[in-house]
Amino acid sequence: MAAEMIIDIRRSFPSGFVMEIKLGLTLEASTVLVLFGPSGSGKTTLLRCLAGLDWPDAGHIKFVSRTWVDTAAQLRVPPQDREVGYMAQDYALFPHYSVKGNIGFGLGGLPMDQRERRIAEVVRLLQLQGLEQRKPRELSGGQQQRVALARAIARRPLMLLLDEPLSALDAPTRLRLRGELRSLLKELSLPSIIVTHDWEDALALGDRMAVIAGGRVLQTGTPQEVFSRPIDAEVAKIVGVDTVVQGHVLDRSNGLATIAVAQHGIKAVDVESVGRDVFVCIRAEDVVLERVGTGTTSARNHLNGTVEEICFSGPFACVVVDCGFRLAAMVTNAALEDLRLQVGTPVVAAIKAGAVHLVRRDAAS
Amino acid sequence: MNWTAIWVTVKLAGLTAAALLVIGMPIAYWLAFSNRRWKFLIESVVALPLVLPPTVLGFYILVAIGPHSPLGRWYAELVGHPLPFTFEGLLIASILYSLPFAVQPFASAFDQVDRRLLEASWTLGVSKFGTFFKLVVPLSAAGVITGVVLSFAHTLGEFGVVLMVGGNIEGVTRTVSIDIYDEVQALNYAAAGRTSLFLLVTSYLILLLVYAVNRKAWAAWPQK
Repeated sequence: MAAEMIIDIRRSFPSGFVMEIKLGLTLEASTVLVLFGPSGSGKTTLLRCLAGLDWPDAGHIKFVSRTWVDTAAQLRVPPQDREVGYMAQDYALFPHYSVKGNIGFGLGGLPMDQRERRIAEVVRLLQLQGLEQRKPRELSGGQQQRVALARAIARRPLMLLLDEPLSALDAPTRLRLRGELRSLLKELSLPSIIVTHDWEDALALGDRMAVIAGGRVLQTGTPQEVFSRPIDAEVAKIVGVDTVVQGHVLDRSNGLATIAVAQHGIKAVDVESVGRDVFVCIRAEDVVLERVGTGTTSARNHLNGTVEEICFSGPFACVVVDCGFRLAAMVTNAALEDLRLQVGTPVVAAIKAGAVHLVRRDAAS
Repeated sequence: MNWTAIWVTVKLAGLTAAALLVIGMPIAYWLAFSNRRWKFLIESVVALPLVLPPTVLGFYILVAIGPHSPLGRWYAELVGHPLPFTFEGLLIASILYSLPFAVQPFASAFDQVDRRLLEASWTLGVSKFGTFFKLVVPLSAAGVITGVVLSFAHTLGEFGVVLMVGGNIEGVTRTVSIDIYDEVQALNYAAAGRTSLFLLVTSYLILLLVYAVNRKAWAAWPQK
């Protein structure tokens, strides 16, 4: 089922901040849309408007055949009637209810036996067996997240809204749960919208992404598109990673992984939790350019290519090298002159294996 | 000891506390969750009995429920006798007089309930009313108990309002504090002392309960 979603809202805050979001989307059954942006960009407010917990001053939100908000028609559908699953940043589990009580909280309308059956189903799906009688404070961060997700999906919502689902977790748990969350979202086959300020979350979880800053949508596209081809300097600065390419792991030994990207085998420091399919992410500052034919260095990766594009920003220049994929490199203007780099110049891009960052990406999508 | 006076007092305090549980909760809910700019007006009205001399409050209540006011006339026609100097009149006065002692603990407890929990409940399809009983009340149980107990205790010791509105009718409106006053007037110090000690001990036990409940509640539901 493809779900049409049209958002055109305006909301101003006492601080003077104005949010103006226009976004039209088609969300396929299991599409994950990531709302990405720095804190204070308005992405959480947008999510809350979708959940019915915040209200725009003007505009409308339509989801499939329903209108959720239309200020012109004085229409405001309350959160109770939207049939969305919403998960707040800190999970907002009810402290005086058990895990089972939390999951069954919204199932009051069902007869007892159906309710019990649905709770058992969701408990199994999120692997919460054995924890049913625990209170939220007796759970680990990862378990709390799973309970919150279970509660959100128990009512079979039409869409899932997750606000920073991974930010309350410590780093190792976060890495592990990121993969779990993606497989779960795919398994549920219902569209979801995730708010995050973490580019790794965005890459690992998103099928589509919208970059939001200053209360506006700056760019939409697949995460890889947005990361590799930001439409302007502002988006580039917000996403913070300059090169993102898809690859798959060829070999792993001695703590190094070799990833096939275009015709190259790029070496990266291996991360255990990373599967076979990965995104290779490289910051432009970490790429060293050499003229062809100069000596070897300690860098593990030497990629041959030609300069495709040069753009200047202050004392630095961003050089995009075509080496089978677009690789961005940040060099000083002085270095640019020393190397006499121009569009078309053949170069070797050197990257230390430690500067190549891998983000797990299951090929399920 | 005047057991009739004690019974009248306990009955009055019990009914006042029960009525305030019912009346105070919606007022407190509105005070805790409303974003209206003029909320402070209502807050001030609720707090008035804290600072007003009981005689002043009693005077206005007496006028308001007396046979010369529309309210008083309506009641007299309905029931057959006027409100002042009856137990019902005294009950109305006590409810107004103890209103802040119930509403303020209720409202401050409601106010401390994490809004995000309520929002989570709404997105789970639970109405505001249902959310109130499933989340707000249990999570502010200590505040609710405190409000009920304090309004009970406060009514036990009221004097000025009783005198103004209820008078001093044995078995109907003669409460413990009036009884003590009468005994002292009659230079009957021993009887006054006994009843005073009874009131002192009762009030102390009630306050013990309030503080114990609050400690226990905080230990049971820590803020994470």
